[in-house]
Amino acid sequence: MKDQFVVPARLRKTSFVLMGVGLLTLLIGLIAFHGETRFWAGLLQNSSFFLLITLASTFFIAATTLAHGGWQIAFRRVPEAISMAVPVLAAILFVVVMILVFGGRDDIYHWVNGHHVAEDKILTWKSAFLNKGFFTVATILTLGLWVFFTLKLRKMSIEEDGWDLRPETGRKLLWRNTVVCGGFLVVFTLSVGSTTPWIWLMSIDAHWFSTMYSWYTFASTWVSGLSLIALFVVYLKKHGYLSYVTEEHLHDLGKFMFAFSIFWTYLWFSQYMLIWYANMPEETEYFQPRVWGQWRPIFFLNLLINFVTPLLFLMKRDTKRNYTAVVFIAIVIIFGHWLDFWQMVYPGTVKNLVFPWYEFGLGLGFVGLIIFLVSNQLTKAALVPKNHPYLKESIIHHT
Amino acid sequence: MAVKKFVVGLFDDEAVLFPAVKKVRTAGYKLHDVYTPFPVHGLDHAMGLRETSLHTAGFIYGITGTTTALSFMSWVFNVDWPLNIGGKPHFPLPAFIPITFELTVLFAAVGMVMTFCYLCQLMPGVKKHIFHPRQTDDKFVMVIELTEKTNAEEVKSFLTAAGAHDINEQKAEAGWWFGRYDKDDEPYLRKIQTANA
Repeated sequence: MKDQFVVPARLRKTSFVLMGVGLLTLLIGLIAFHGETRFWAGLLQNSSFFLLITLASTFFIAATTLAHGGWQIAFRRVPEAISMAVPVLAAILFVVVMILVFGGRDDIYHWVNGHHVAEDKILTWKSAFLNKGFFTVATILTLGLWVFFTLKLRKMSIEEDGWDLRPETGRKLLWRNTVVCGGFLVVFTLSVGSTTPWIWLMSIDAHWFSTMYSWYTFASTWVSGLSLIALFVVYLKKHGYLSYVTEEHLHDLGKFMFAFSIFWTYLWFSQYMLIWYANMPEETEYFQPRVWGQWRPIFFLNLLINFVTPLLFLMKRDTKRNYTAVVFIAIVIIFGHWLDFWQMVYPGTVKNLVFPWYEFGLGLGFVGLIIFLVSNQLTKAALVPKNHPYLKESIIHHT
Repeated sequence: MAVKKFVVGLFDDEAVLFPAVKKVRTAGYKLHDVYTPFPVHGLDHAMGLRETSLHTAGFIYGITGTTTALSFMSWVFNVDWPLNIGGKPHFPLPAFIPITFELTVLFAAVGMVMTFCYLCQLMPGVKKHIFHPRQTDDKFVMVIELTEKTNAEEVKSFLTAAGAHDINEQKAEAGWWFGRYDKDDEPYLRKIQTANA
């Protein structure tokens, strides 16, 4: 059994090429969009999206641990490795938002400009919440806590490989994992589940507000994060690793992707319908450019890619158990939600619909960075947590 | 509805049952059914039952529900009784979605339950022959149908070799009939009883 991952030269090369494309795009963007809004909007969209989809892996570990799930143990090291990209991506996002807030620009977050706030009644109201101090403290706090819990979970998991397997150590392992995961979920709910998407993304349209926004963002990144886990699992499986993982595990990941695509649509619809029904100007201003403006095709494309495609494609049992089919739909889902983030950030900043070559290039760069970091992390520990008490349950897992 | 002959064997353990099921299939005997006190993972596969098409039926029911809801609501609000509700258009799709969703779920759920009952021949008042009173209690009961080509003694010794006990031969109704478990006998026995009386 191959238990120790060695990064294939081809994967290493792919990651370097993708990172090179990203850097090149960044340089071209720096020249082409010098001083323009689009340069920063693209960075904000990509850094927040890719940070949150890697953070979804930490959430996956925490949620399955608290639910005492056993089926995922056979590939638990994969979400662990993906979550280790969080510190790097958090650093990138931190630099980007700090430049946006303190760099003297007010085209992305116009509430950072004191003159705008003074003239604007709504922004004056909101200034107790939307101000530079709160933004900075909340960002540092959430990023710090995410990184802390992610590193802690990973460290504990690797440390447990050295324990000897006895009932007492098994109980201790479950208990301390439960405590840390519980702590993380509280932080996660208070950050991704409420405040963080408000300050990073919703405050772009500072006049507008939606109580569904954070859950919508969470659903978007969670389903993409699950797709990312599935992609790495299939990659490892195809290269002869993870011999305990079978179609049964893939089937369950596919069910998750299917279910949370529908969950995303549920939140998308809940947000849209109430605003459509009430038809109040301060709420409809968000949907005006998206549904009736230039962004109309993207708005409906978003629904087509992220709802109709996974719904019809993943509905059949056979596709959920087929490696190629799961890879295809996982890429579609990640691209679809990247597009979703694009239409969340751009209509409020860049305004006009543009061909997203720059954003896509940056996205490829982030993908390369994630592949590089995750493949490195996968080599740092055995691919099967051999001392986990639920490993047997995962091996005999049967849907 | 037909009266058939069966050989019935009891098993204590699913670990014995699984190889026995495989042996029956390779020996070529006609497996009528296996009754277990709880759902056994993989038994359907071992018995060679085909994948159910209940989910396809569910999809069709769901689509029917979607179509019914959308077409009925658009007919009501556009053709039958157009009303101006808060200045909304006559085909307000977002407002239709919740009801469409509910009807999709309702049609799919009710349709699938009814199809499931039909496929398993389950209904209040429908009765089937019980091969052994402990088949839903703590025993695994394997029933092999006797055809013209199979010898009852041969099947019995085969089952004994496979690990079964309490092996017996039964003549019973293979299908279902209307009746009550505490009162009514099988239709063919009733016929014999009335003829004798």
